[in-house]
Amino acid sequence: MKTDPAGVLTGAHYLDGDFAAGEGVMAASCRFVAGYPITPSTEVVERISRRFPMMGGTFIQMEDEMASMAAVVGASWTGTKAMTVTSGPGFSLMMENIGLAAMMETPCVVVNVQRGGPSTGLPTMTGQADMMQARWGSHGDYELISMSPKSPQEAFDLMIDAFNLSEIYRVPVMFMMDECVGHMTEKVIIPPAEEIEIVPRKLTEKKPEDYWPYELNSSDDIPEFARAGDGYRFHSTGLTHDYRGYPEMSAECQWNCVGHLVDKIRNNADDIVRFEEEDTKGADVVVVTYGITARVARLGIEMARKKGIKVGVIRLIIVWPFPEKRIRELAGKVKGFVVPEINYGQVILEVERCAAGRAQAIGVPHPGGGVHDPNTIFEAIVGAAK
Amino acid sequence: MSTEAEAQVERKEVQAEDHPVAPFIRMDRMPHIWCPTCGIGTVVKCYATALDNLKIDLDKVVIVSGIGCTGRVAGYMNLDAFHTTHGRAVPFATGLKLGRPELNVTVFSGDGDLSGIGGNHFIHSARRHTDILVILVNNFIYAMTGGQNAPTTPLEAISSTMPYGNFEPPFNLPHLAASCGASYVARWTALHIRRVTKAFEEALVRKGFRFIEIIAPCSTLYARRNKLGTGLNLMQFYHDNAEIQHGVDTRDIDIAFQEKIVCGKFVDDEEQTTFIENMHAHYERVLGDKYVPMPPEGGWIHE
Repeated sequence: MKTDPAGVLTGAHYLDGDFAAGEGVMAASCRFVAGYPITPSTEVVERISRRFPMMGGTFIQMEDEMASMAAVVGASWTGTKAMTVTSGPGFSLMMENIGLAAMMETPCVVVNVQRGGPSTGLPTMTGQADMMQARWGSHGDYELISMSPKSPQEAFDLMIDAFNLSEIYRVPVMFMMDECVGHMTEKVIIPPAEEIEIVPRKLTEKKPEDYWPYELNSSDDIPEFARAGDGYRFHSTGLTHDYRGYPEMSAECQWNCVGHLVDKIRNNADDIVRFEEEDTKGADVVVVTYGITARVARLGIEMARKKGIKVGVIRLIIVWPFPEKRIRELAGKVKGFVVPEINYGQVILEVERCAAGRAQAIGVPHPGGGVHDPNTIFEAIVGAAK
Repeated sequence: MSTEAEAQVERKEVQAEDHPVAPFIRMDRMPHIWCPTCGIGTVVKCYATALDNLKIDLDKVVIVSGIGCTGRVAGYMNLDAFHTTHGRAVPFATGLKLGRPELNVTVFSGDGDLSGIGGNHFIHSARRHTDILVILVNNFIYAMTGGQNAPTTPLEAISSTMPYGNFEPPFNLPHLAASCGASYVARWTALHIRRVTKAFEEALVRKGFRFIEIIAPCSTLYARRNKLGTGLNLMQFYHDNAEIQHGVDTRDIDIAFQEKIVCGKFVDDEEQTTFIENMHAHYERVLGDKYVPMPPEGGWIHE
């Protein structure tokens, strides 16, 4: 369906990534945001709190990130689209209720504008070291969706998709910006509202007496939703639960409950994965990259091409689930992968796993606080081409 | 012969007679997990009776619990009911209320959940006048995990992690709630069934952050470790030592080990405005016609 035009600031703007992401939130018809201030993400909620009162949205600054995330999960159960924004230390605190959202199958979006870590780390400087935390930072087994924009424009565009995917699969979606993208200012074109397609909550049409909140009876294996306050009198819990939402402490129920949380993403990974592919045909080396590093890598790639090395690129837009099929295919054809990322090697572990020894994977680690020197990426490409 | 005769005696069937509050309970989840003589079931009965007496639209009543013995209440109530994470029932409820302002939201949880791990949310929610009713069953310990010391354990009382007696001063929860801005504050014991029910009836239709503490020491772990007898002895203790003092200064109602428990309604401010009312009034004043409030049914979109 078309989005609510009240939240769409149609036109050409000059925005930083944080503001653009905030505009994406409002354009996606999200109308509840809870947040706690943290550098370098705060501008997202500053933007939203200024414009929300004019479009029927409610922003609340909570007492901490645990509360922010809990409020988002609660609000989402009313059917109102809900999200929160944070950075590394706050992301750690949100993990508890991100797990709850995964367990309760609650659509919502969490923006993490990544800075250097661990702990307080580098509050004002960039990083990409929360990628594994985005995947499995909360305890237990589950699968989520994580995405990583490379520009303010993509921060806007991808935010619409983040909300839509969270609705389709009933998962929290991790929106993994980095401080560079968050604070770089570029042209952002916001389309007219009638061009923005959004996925509404998948409400059940059953009568309350026939409804169970986690019954899987539709073709896509995603349970139908009932809003709190519509008379369905349902129960939802963070405990391992059966189709009724009732706790059941048994290994059999754990198989069904956790298996579903994992399978609904793994079985649909082909539909969810998203990446840009460039010149991989006949490539000697493929650079796998995401976020700001995809742009920094350009210079290193061009330097290598001038040297006559055939370099392809896979730019991950959705990082989790990982495009493992494509990496497996390429692993049989290329000499090596180069994986620059602003961490000591996180996504490269997945590249190595998919390459399974058929092609080498060379990392270009960076601890954060800045972006790569393109020469380091160039040198890694040269090394991989040997 | 006698054996044969006895075998032929038909036992009288107990008629399946519904409990008066059965429609409010998920009877398909009975029996519940609470111990015999635990006070939580009594408080649940009072809550269900209050809902029944009020004749309010139950479709709009939502209940949220955290973790622990009282945290299991949401799972047994036949309402839209959420069993959330440890300590986070209040912020979860805040999201529900703000996401759909027409809801009547109750948080029903324990002392460890709401005043220990969730203490920060509790005080900030009271400060903001978040429009929720918080029912806290105070059993003086962390009971679900085996009777560890809680922020409510009276001085000198024995718990599994204070085996030589507690030396940490406990919270005076009505005073905490009142001083942070709660609009309704009361304390009763699990013996005061009529008064608890009446307090729920009042507080369910008041506005703002409403707080009711129900004293119900854990009969299995607290009473046994402290040699206080059985649930019946606890009831006798409440009977002999509960002192009703409506409107008393909440600074004076600390709970000491096996001493008097001051009960009553301490705060009842019917004029207080809520977070949502304050937000509406403020934005209408500063933004005028540009302000678009979230509708009562929520900011959700649908075809």
